[in-house]
Amino acid sequence: MIDAKIPKGDLDNKWVDYKGHCKLVNPANKRKMEVIVVGTGLAGASAAASLGEMGYKVKAFCFQDSPRRAHSIAAQGGINAAKNYQNDGDSVFRLFYDTIKGGDYRSREANVHRLAEVSSNIIDQCVAQGVPFAREYGGLLSNRSFGGTQVQRTFYAAGQTGQQLLIGAYQALERQVALGNVQMFARHEMLDVVKVDGKAKGIIARNLVTGELERHFGYAVLLCTGGYGNVYYLSTNAMGSNVTAAWKAHKQGAFFANPCFTQIHPTCIPVSGDHQSKLTLMSESLRNDGRIWVPKNVGETRKANEIPDADRDYFLERRYPAFGNLVPRDVASRAAKERCDAGYGVGTSKQAVYLDYAAAIERYGKIEISKKGLSNASQEEIIALGKEVVKEKYGNLFTMYAKITGENPYEVPMRIYPAVHYTMGGLWVDYELQTSVPGLYALGEANFSDHGANRLGASALMQGLSDGYFVIPYTLGNNLADEIYNAPIPTSHPAFEAAEKIVAERIAKLKNINGKQSVESFHKRLGKIIWNECGMSRTEAGLKQAIADVQALKKEFWSDVRIPGEINEYNPELDKANRVADFIELGELMCVDALAREESCGGHFREEYQTPEGEALRDDENFMYVAAWELKNEHEWALHKEELKYEVIQPSQRNYK
Amino acid sequence: MSHTTMNLNLKVWRQKNTKTAGAFQMYRVENISDEMSFLEMMDILNEQLITTGGEPVAFDHDCREGICGMCSMYINGKPHGPWQANTTCQLHMRAFKDNDTIVIEPWRANAFPVIKDLTVDRSAFDRIIQAGGYISVNTGNAVDGNSLPIEKSKADESFAAAMCIGCGACVAACKNSSAMLFLSAKVSHLALLPQGGPERKTRVTNMVAQLDKEGFGACTNTGACEAACPKEISIANIARLNKEYIVAGLTAE
Repeated sequence: MIDAKIPKGDLDNKWVDYKGHCKLVNPANKRKMEVIVVGTGLAGASAAASLGEMGYKVKAFCFQDSPRRAHSIAAQGGINAAKNYQNDGDSVFRLFYDTIKGGDYRSREANVHRLAEVSSNIIDQCVAQGVPFAREYGGLLSNRSFGGTQVQRTFYAAGQTGQQLLIGAYQALERQVALGNVQMFARHEMLDVVKVDGKAKGIIARNLVTGELERHFGYAVLLCTGGYGNVYYLSTNAMGSNVTAAWKAHKQGAFFANPCFTQIHPTCIPVSGDHQSKLTLMSESLRNDGRIWVPKNVGETRKANEIPDADRDYFLERRYPAFGNLVPRDVASRAAKERCDAGYGVGTSKQAVYLDYAAAIERYGKIEISKKGLSNASQEEIIALGKEVVKEKYGNLFTMYAKITGENPYEVPMRIYPAVHYTMGGLWVDYELQTSVPGLYALGEANFSDHGANRLGASALMQGLSDGYFVIPYTLGNNLADEIYNAPIPTSHPAFEAAEKIVAERIAKLKNINGKQSVESFHKRLGKIIWNECGMSRTEAGLKQAIADVQALKKEFWSDVRIPGEINEYNPELDKANRVADFIELGELMCVDALAREESCGGHFREEYQTPEGEALRDDENFMYVAAWELKNEHEWALHKEELKYEVIQPSQRNYK
Repeated sequence: MSHTTMNLNLKVWRQKNTKTAGAFQMYRVENISDEMSFLEMMDILNEQLITTGGEPVAFDHDCREGICGMCSMYINGKPHGPWQANTTCQLHMRAFKDNDTIVIEPWRANAFPVIKDLTVDRSAFDRIIQAGGYISVNTGNAVDGNSLPIEKSKADESFAAAMCIGCGACVAACKNSSAMLFLSAKVSHLALLPQGGPERKTRVTNMVAQLDKEGFGACTNTGACEAACPKEISIANIARLNKEYIVAGLTAE
């Protein structure tokens, strides 16, 4: 059993007590302490900015051309906070409870409670920075609802909430750059963690423009590098999103927790063909107003608009009357897959269901008519006004759908299908967000701690900013307070020398394979294996086969990949090769983890373990733990368990009916 | 919907690095589905180049859903290609027809030096933000979000300006390589909100000074930036920027 260092005391007071008693670093000492932050999404940018404001000397790294590009920018729907501005019964406890339940009782109570506690501060901070959240006519902040909850606690900025929050954090970061507290290294990729006497004391980074390797010292290293959804090749992640920094940390001894907990998002634009390079999410907020259905008859040939209501199966409303179209993501995805597998899918591939706005357009139209006092309005006028309202709420999403598919979603129902979106698993961290390597931290999606086996919508932005703005500023100081007695380590130290040599040798080895197949082709093949066997449903036999397949793919990759260009130049193919090599190794671990977890929970659905109604069947007796994997040798991991103790919430079978 | 495939001629700018001169090269790609995105078509070109021993075309891209602002191709004489209010990654091959010749260039501006092929260095934009594109509030200083009601129309207008993705299409479209639309979007986003009030004058003064230092050209009101902007940022923001700048100058202490 591993110890998460959760503070003693009542759940309500743990974080308050921790903050009251943690060690501090005085301002003069902070100025002398360098800290490394890798990744500049919501977690990284907010951490780098906050630590810079506090006086630390921060070095921040991102692989994109600017910190503003990090993939947090693509988050659409919103950010949760327990403000209870709607007077609809929300509270810190309810946000905490919904998150634990949504995660199917596989997350850590103390971390989730802290997340709910600081959620309100996040909104205040963002407003102060000038984030233009949606507002009501009275000038106050607007809210909407999201999956897995029955209150309205989601703050948003049209369909671009992630963009606006990231720009807020990015601006705070750039302000610290201007003040000289943060040094920014864009177009840099971290390729190893440097350890001295067992503690993380720096990184080896590659300048992606020149190809040069650089050594950077830091009293602590914070990995804010996002999730690993791109292991599936097709996902809603950005093309560059990768696991490399986290994987290097894993190779240096950091445990990797619950890697098989991945989130398949129900509302994405379906795959159109083999050329597909990525999938596009249609925000969960669309499930607020859209109705999801398939035809009642197998082999239905009529167009969607010609199928009468009596011949439609609104399967989420039918199966889950209490939550309807707003069930959590894992439940909605599996239900859609079930219908498609049973032959009711729509579109040319039959791997899609309808997301229909006709009813919402009419409903909003009628409200407008009544507001305007137009009692004699025709049906056409009602529809036209309704479309205006829908356009204001979801316009950018509808436009995006039209551009990608060539269809007009105001006229015909959208076709959607689940796609890989988020990874709940990640580097194991304790209550202080420290990994099993002292001095090495993981924040945001890169860690595993808050979402259990399934993340609720609008909670990723909340967690990234919670970790960066409000958690790490306290927990880092608690550990760095003891480091002030240690002098900075020069980058000429043998540990830096050795780490750089290993990185250089690996790059040279990759480059010298000189095989015939492109990096991309290997990535696509890896993605197919993992999607088929470690995707929406998993079986023992399938996972065993996948492990063998991934091992074979690894051999083939290291003997036949072709990387054009030179090492010491801007070479995106080489960058990609480095990342895909790590994805292949991670893919194996995901299957190992999925095989070992002989239960179904949240996004992890083992076909062998389900209720008669086809819902996930947990085994709390045997699997109420975090699976934290330690790498021993190639293809060999040791399992460490962190027992999950529920002191406040009584786990039960999740029920959204 | 029925779908078609097409064969295309691509005239692509190739340049080894910042110091070396570049040139156009012709390529042919076949069986391109009209359902593909433009970048997926480029992926096919690159796969073709890699497997036949060539060097793939370097281009910036990341989210491929029109929001990160990383993709930056000048296609047939237009930043981000022929569609209105669009990024290169969201351009789909439906926009072209069989046997078309497509000319693909990087953003061209002195302030955006070419790194390789179609990839340019846009770090000048970050430095402009560093000069004042923020509200100086440290973490932990904030009051309750609802303690400051903001008129909905103001908040919406601010949001419309804040939607800028920093791609640089406005600069690429402008015959003077002016970055006024980018700058004005940030100045407007913050000037329209009460939180941005205290730093209004220093912000605009410092950001304009940095803009000049970076070597962007002057604005001559041709409106090409607005027409090319994937997020339809309004040129009215430039008018607001000018007003902010003049007021800051006239009332300087």
